Amino acid sequence: MTESFPLLPDGPVQWAWGVVLFWLALGFSALLLQGSQRLLSRLVFPLGALGALGIAGVGAAGMVLPASAVILPIGLPDLPFHLRLDALSAFFMVLLGGASFGITVYASGYFRSMAAGPLALLALWYHLFLAGMVTVLLADDAYAFMVAWEVMALSSYFLVTTDHKVPEIRFAGFLYLLIAHVGAVALLLAFGVLQGGHGDYTFDTMRLAEMTPFWASVAYLLVLFGFGAKAGLVPMHVWLPEAHPAAPSPVSALMSGVMLKTAIYGLLRVTFDLINIQIGWWGTLALALGLITALYGVIFAAVQSDMKRLLAWSSIENIGVIIAAFGLTLIFYTDGKGALAALTLTALLYHALNHAFFKGLLFVGTGSVLHATGVRQMGHLGGLMRFMPWTAWLTLVGALAIAGLPPLNGFVSEWLLLQAFLLTPGLSHPYLNMVIPVAAAIVALAAALAAYVMVKFFGVIFLGQPRDPALHEAHEASWPERLGMLWLAAGCVLLGLFPAHVIGWLSPVVRLLTNQTLVNDGSWLTLAPVSAERASYAPLIFFAVVTGVVLLTYLWVRRVYHGRVRRSDPWDCGYPEQDARMQDSAEGFGQPIRQIFEVFMKVERETPDPFDRNPRYRGASLDKLWFILYEPIERVTGWLSQQAGRLQHGRIQWYLIYSFATLIFLLVFTTR
Amino acid sequence: MTLAYHLQIVNLLAALLLLISFAMLSQRRVVALVTLFAWQGAALATSTAIVAWSTDQHHLYYSAALTLLLKVIAMPWYFYRLVRKLNVNRVVEPMINIPTTMLIGIVLVIFAFNLALPISEISGTVTRSTLGIAMAIVLLSFLMMITRTKAIPQVIGFLAMENGLFFAATSATYGMPLVVELGVALDVLVGVFVLGIFIFQIRETFDSLDLKHMEKLREK
Repeated sequence: MTESFPLLPDGPVQWAWGVVLFWLALGFSALLLQGSQRLLSRLVFPLGALGALGIAGVGAAGMVLPASAVILPIGLPDLPFHLRLDALSAFFMVLLGGASFGITVYASGYFRSMAAGPLALLALWYHLFLAGMVTVLLADDAYAFMVAWEVMALSSYFLVTTDHKVPEIRFAGFLYLLIAHVGAVALLLAFGVLQGGHGDYTFDTMRLAEMTPFWASVAYLLVLFGFGAKAGLVPMHVWLPEAHPAAPSPVSALMSGVMLKTAIYGLLRVTFDLINIQIGWWGTLALALGLITALYGVIFAAVQSDMKRLLAWSSIENIGVIIAAFGLTLIFYTDGKGALAALTLTALLYHALNHAFFKGLLFVGTGSVLHATGVRQMGHLGGLMRFMPWTAWLTLVGALAIAGLPPLNGFVSEWLLLQAFLLTPGLSHPYLNMVIPVAAAIVALAAALAAYVMVKFFGVIFLGQPRDPALHEAHEASWPERLGMLWLAAGCVLLGLFPAHVIGWLSPVVRLLTNQTLVNDGSWLTLAPVSAERASYAPLIFFAVVTGVVLLTYLWVRRVYHGRVRRSDPWDCGYPEQDARMQDSAEGFGQPIRQIFEVFMKVERETPDPFDRNPRYRGASLDKLWFILYEPIERVTGWLSQQAGRLQHGRIQWYLIYSFATLIFLLVFTTR
Repeated sequence: MTLAYHLQIVNLLAALLLLISFAMLSQRRVVALVTLFAWQGAALATSTAIVAWSTDQHHLYYSAALTLLLKVIAMPWYFYRLVRKLNVNRVVEPMINIPTTMLIGIVLVIFAFNLALPISEISGTVTRSTLGIAMAIVLLSFLMMITRTKAIPQVIGFLAMENGLFFAATSATYGMPLVVELGVALDVLVGVFVLGIFIFQIRETFDSLDLKHMEKLREK
């Protein structure tokens, strides 16, 4: 099983490692191609996309093949890399490969206008980032895991700060790096706890270590903090709304769609695989944090007026839903309800996969809008559907999917999750039984608000009239961009139409973690978790009915349509002067939400005076947690470093006196 | 010659070393300082050689030769050249005036002897009584580094401190293993060259070797 030669193509691990090496080679060869923009965008990125497809294929094979492992003699002496591919890693590899294939194809079009020098660097970091993420999934010892984790964090930092000349972007990058490293320190400590004094950091040893409930809880809390910081769990979410808008769009798509999922992977890996006892309150904690994150994320998404920032907040919401599902899985699992745990875990994995596709799609969609118009503020956009129909229709698929509308994929996972929530009365814990319906209500609220957010997102950008005359010159996305979006949109549709197959395909992962699988009570056409009498869903029939109704209506309207066209102004409500700027704006659309949830926000508003010659309006809803939690920490740290800075006089004599005094002090004390 | 006789000579040389340290502390001219440093090296090399002979520790001969080569010949020559090139052989006032420095020096010597007393009782070497002197040399050289504001005297102070450490090692344990000693010698050599380059750089940047100008480098 454990073969030490890296490139022998005899198992999925070796193939996956081969792709990693291929990506590394590609990234470094990009540096040699600095002279040629054409080669970089038209050859390096498509090749990288092929690698992504390869990883998806390896993952698909790994889902059905037995787990395989390999030990690579790289890294420090006596500390080789242990790699292992089991169904859980394989699933996340499919997610990674599937989403990043579309995103990388898109990137090969998106970066065509970038200068060759910066693009070569970007290509290096981009492929290093992909390689790092795959290695995180493959790692089978803490050392390899942390190395890969850091490669992922650092390369994505450089990707975020691609436009490093802008001060805001440098700040965003710094914040991201800071929180990533605080999280990484927590993970390092967690692995320290998990190895349980053996001094052996392979995951195999950790699986066997017997832990007391106290130390297991310590490890769990550290892991929840560490992976939560990467995933954007409230209150460690602050980097997300800064870093995602700062990065180039394909990178935002990759970070939001794929990188956040590596944190989910880590959480599942450590909690279910490495720690061998699980305790009920862990699940309750994760459930509570997840729900808070979901609600917090969606509320802030509703009040954003920057389209990428809106999507970043929406990512926080989705991560919240996923972590809530993780908590519920833990609750069911520790309560001995294996079948329900399997159902919830299926919903979790399904939602993670869906989010990778639709959030990737939406982020690259905003990238095309950004390229065509140069504007990120939704207040300056509008009516783009006429000028960029491809982008608009494909983004619409993503928006409907994330809003959780059938027959697309977002509906399936949220429906499964709500089914799981509705089955909680079987729990043996009375308090949980009482509280969890409220949790279900919060998930439903978050899902409904997500739909609201998407109406705003799509409506303000693509519908109505252009708010700026310059928008009439907006151009459609290039072909590789369209192909990338088409791939991601197709993923959303297919994952929505064939849930029964997807669930069957997920079963090895679910069995690995919960020792049970979700039984689909329906046929291949319908999805019926637990029992068909309770609830079932047939997306294909639904889709057929929807399509049929739309077609019939269309035909009927065409038939009865009398053919006369009369063009005139619509009824103007007594306001004869109307222009595009009078349409409902992003701020206006979010206003009800802001009114209701004002407690969470610090609202800054600048309203014009009635006599202003140049009336200006500015409104911003800021995250209150930043002011409550982060600013005090920042102030204390600043104060402490200032005090420490006083030691620095700049006079060499003083420094010598410091060492001299220390020497004398030590001499006196050690000889006592 | 008997062992007792050898010990008399080693003790004499140790006293000489301490005396030279005090002389260095009070010396205001750079060239004279370099000469004193060379004499200190010579005394050190001689005492090491005598210890090697009387206790039959062959590796100490190498140490003595190394000291002679580096600290008596190579480095003083380099410093003389540096001083001539930079033309810095002027009287420089130390930060604290000489009498005060000497008084602090005496306090340090008493402290060092006090400190060395329990240690030399544990040590089993014949030269253990000189440990206090060795530590005093280290502390005095440190004091010299603190009180000087010019770059070259500071480097010499640093090297004199290394001399003291070396002497402590010989007197307490008959020297460190040869590998360590070779390593230290190499470190010192490289350090001196690096510092020499620095000195040129400092002079080029600030037009003076006064380290006060380095204060500008601190934050705000």
